Amino acid sequence: MHEWALAESVIKAAVEHAGNEKFKKLNETGVVFGELQAIDKEIFTFALEELRKQFPGAAACKFKITKQPAAFRCKACSHEFPLKGLKKTKDEAEFIHFVPEMAHTFLKCPKCGSPDFEIAAGRGVSISYIKGDK
Amino acid sequence: MNLDPRPSVIDERLKNVRRIIAVTGWKGGIGKSVTACALALLLAKKGYKTGLFDLDFAGASDHLILGAKGLFPKEEKGLEPPLLEGIKFMSVVFFSENKAVPLRGANVSDAIIELLAITQWGDLDFLVLDMPPGINDAALDVMRFARKAEVLAVTTPSLIARDVLARSLELYRGLKVPVLGVVENMSEGGKAKGAAAVIRRDSGLEKALGRPAALLKTAFSADLGRALKPLGLS
Repeated sequence: MHEWALAESVIKAAVEHAGNEKFKKLNETGVVFGELQAIDKEIFTFALEELRKQFPGAAACKFKITKQPAAFRCKACSHEFPLKGLKKTKDEAEFIHFVPEMAHTFLKCPKCGSPDFEIAAGRGVSISYIKGDK
Repeated sequence: MNLDPRPSVIDERLKNVRRIIAVTGWKGGIGKSVTACALALLLAKKGYKTGLFDLDFAGASDHLILGAKGLFPKEEKGLEPPLLEGIKFMSVVFFSENKAVPLRGANVSDAIIELLAITQWGDLDFLVLDMPPGINDAALDVMRFARKAEVLAVTTPSLIARDVLARSLELYRGLKVPVLGVVENMSEGGKAKGAAAVIRRDSGLEKALGRPAALLKTAFSADLGRALKPLGLS
């Protein structure tokens, strides 16, 4: 249930944004799951439903979840590569799930072997839009 | 919009932490980690609920100093740090299998924000942060997210460490970050100008590393223990 902590951050950030924008009603929030962190959608959605009770501002908010493929760019050789095909053990995948930056410890550029790559897309959890009534 | 939701929840994670002590020093090898670990042990021994967070990702060493083995956080609405000698302990080594963590600055920042957002410290009297050397992403993020952090600055009698220390203190003053005081480590004894506490060079310290009970019995810990009151930590 480590997803719970991130779900809480999403619901809190959405409610805070609605407050800043002076929304009368918070309707919909777009949540992006980066492929690298491999968040469990079912657990995350369950956590959001539980957390909704603590955040009345999000009582009617729909959370639309989309997935974003991970994309990497090597700083050493400029090679661009996806997550698919990179070797990692089950434990290593779990560590990357908790802290995506551990990718630099366990993954390498498939072309030159460098751990010095940029996570250009699909790192972790982010919010892509927040809709509400003013 | 590309909004990072994680910072919104960091205050929530730290709301029941009464004091945050950032053990800093802008030079490497001056004893920040041993000071941070011994400080956490001394506070826990006094009965304070204490946490220790090793933020030196590249040179994480608190697990070695405290002899942590076979520990891993518990997944419970985030991550609950495991208990080590009564201290709630968090370190990047739990996730790196003791391998190198080659991170650029922006990655360090991302990893710190992630860990601050998911770590459930619960109720603490003190959270000791073992800072990496220098003023970099970790230090700037602590000032950004842990706004109640108080600095405990470590230095040595060396001209080099003292000069860099003076610059750091000037910056903290400008940023209105409270500085508890300066600890002069590896001292030859006597009073150190501008330092609230002096820790003498302790030849027995190396042998006590990895054994918390032995570490508490060192002259190093005795000197640091005497400094708690003048530093306002007891």
